[in-house]
Amino acid sequence: MNITATPALPLGDDALILSHRLGEWAGHAPVLEEEVALANIALDLLGQARILLSLAGDEDELAYLREERQFRNLQLVEQPNGDFAHTIARQLYFSTYQELLFNHLAATDSELAPLAGKAVKEVAYHRDHAHQWTLRLGDGTDESRTRMQRAVDALWRYTGELFEPVEGLETVPWAALHDSWAARITSTLEQATLTVPEGPRHGAWTAGAGRQGLHTEPFGRMLAEMQHLHRSHPGATW
Amino acid sequence: MTTIAPEETAREAVFDATVAADERIEPRDWMPDAYRSTLVRQIAQHAHSEIIGMQPEANWITRAPSLRRKAILMAKVQDEAGHGLYLYSAAETLGTSRDELLDKLHSGRQKYSSIFNYPTLTWADVGAIGWLVDGAAITNQVPLCRCSYGPYARAMVRVCKEESFHQRQGYELLLTLSRGTDAQHAMAQDAVNRWWWPSLMMFGPPDDESAHSAQSMAWKIKRHSNDELRQRFVDICVPQAEALGLTLPDPDLTWNDERGHWEFGAIDWAEFREVLKGNGPCNEQRISRRRQAHEEGAWVREAAAAHAAKHGKASR
Repeated sequence: MNITATPALPLGDDALILSHRLGEWAGHAPVLEEEVALANIALDLLGQARILLSLAGDEDELAYLREERQFRNLQLVEQPNGDFAHTIARQLYFSTYQELLFNHLAATDSELAPLAGKAVKEVAYHRDHAHQWTLRLGDGTDESRTRMQRAVDALWRYTGELFEPVEGLETVPWAALHDSWAARITSTLEQATLTVPEGPRHGAWTAGAGRQGLHTEPFGRMLAEMQHLHRSHPGATW
Repeated sequence: MTTIAPEETAREAVFDATVAADERIEPRDWMPDAYRSTLVRQIAQHAHSEIIGMQPEANWITRAPSLRRKAILMAKVQDEAGHGLYLYSAAETLGTSRDELLDKLHSGRQKYSSIFNYPTLTWADVGAIGWLVDGAAITNQVPLCRCSYGPYARAMVRVCKEESFHQRQGYELLLTLSRGTDAQHAMAQDAVNRWWWPSLMMFGPPDDESAHSAQSMAWKIKRHSNDELRQRFVDICVPQAEALGLTLPDPDLTWNDERGHWEFGAIDWAEFREVLKGNGPCNEQRISRRRQAHEEGAWVREAAAAHAAKHGKASR
């Protein structure tokens, strides 16, 4: 398989994998409006993934024929959906990151600038959707507050990786991006009457190595399901 | 008291004249109670079919064999959720809330189309549903764009546009499989074999056994009989199957030159009645999944309501 070295690959993998996870919600959402909203976000991300992966090679070969250790996505995006609060926390962390990164990339002369410029409008909606739900769940009922706090705490350990430098994106000011991210997340969580998590975000080897191809246990199962049919018919056209 | 009867009669005359003139009844117009309840029943069943119908297709989203197909399938399932939303809204114009209708679905007091009680066993089933099930749905629904009740008719215009898009996508999926490897061709043929007869049952029982047809035709909620629509569908599908390079599983299919229609074999109405009674392959699974999603989402809906109560007015 020909894979071009480009930062489009790790960013494309983020979009591909999170889109897949969101697709798992179809038919399970808590309310009909969220069936539409979650599918909409999944479709936006899949659209981004297809453009980004095509810059690195053949989109289907990359999606369906790579092994787990060849994927470069963040561990955050591969985390299972959990309850609706976990899905929202994952989206809040990721979309806030993606909006800041794409805003930056859109203003550069990188090959990713056109995609970033277009996608940032979609991503701003994804972040707002996650932000609004974080407020509703955090400042809703006792149960929803407990669940939302548990979710932001559980996923916190995967957020350090968001600001690790990415090969080919050396000009991105990662530290500044991190500070903006932390300020926005803090603001949302405080408005939602939640506590900003304080646990570790770096150090443990299991968290923060997705960009190097080290993933978490649920990821292998996810890929097995995603790739099974394509791999069962080698060379077939769909 | 004596003045009520003439008023009723006058209102009913206006209603009858509106329907007779092929004009639309709108939410604030007077309508007979039975007209209202017939519409609520039909629109609710249609809305429930959209949301239950998401399940057999969502079954393949995570296994779609190419990213292009995955995007098409996700968009399709999303459209179905959207159709559910318009249709529940159309029912709300008749004074019945979405919550009330969902309760009736979850408790088995209202039905959804029996077709969704069949399983999607292979990827080709996604194509067969698009081609046959959406094809049958369109045949049923295009006349509803002229239904006498305005909000339903207008919802159906939009639904039909999207459904015909889905139907073409399903056909194209099957065509790709049919022209693909031997294994893909066999997968496509197997799916058509399993979905053909249930699709013919989607038009409902034969005309002489259809419980609601006559009154619905008089009210112009319904425009054509079940058997007429079924015949129209068969006539459309036979040449399409040939173009696909697939066969329809009916040895009795023959062209009747005199009638100008395809004759088809006997439908197994015993199977139809069994599935309708709840004994189809997936009845239990579909409704349990729906109830589970609803119950597991209860805390989310409660949180949204509690948040709106605290902040709703202030934030708007």
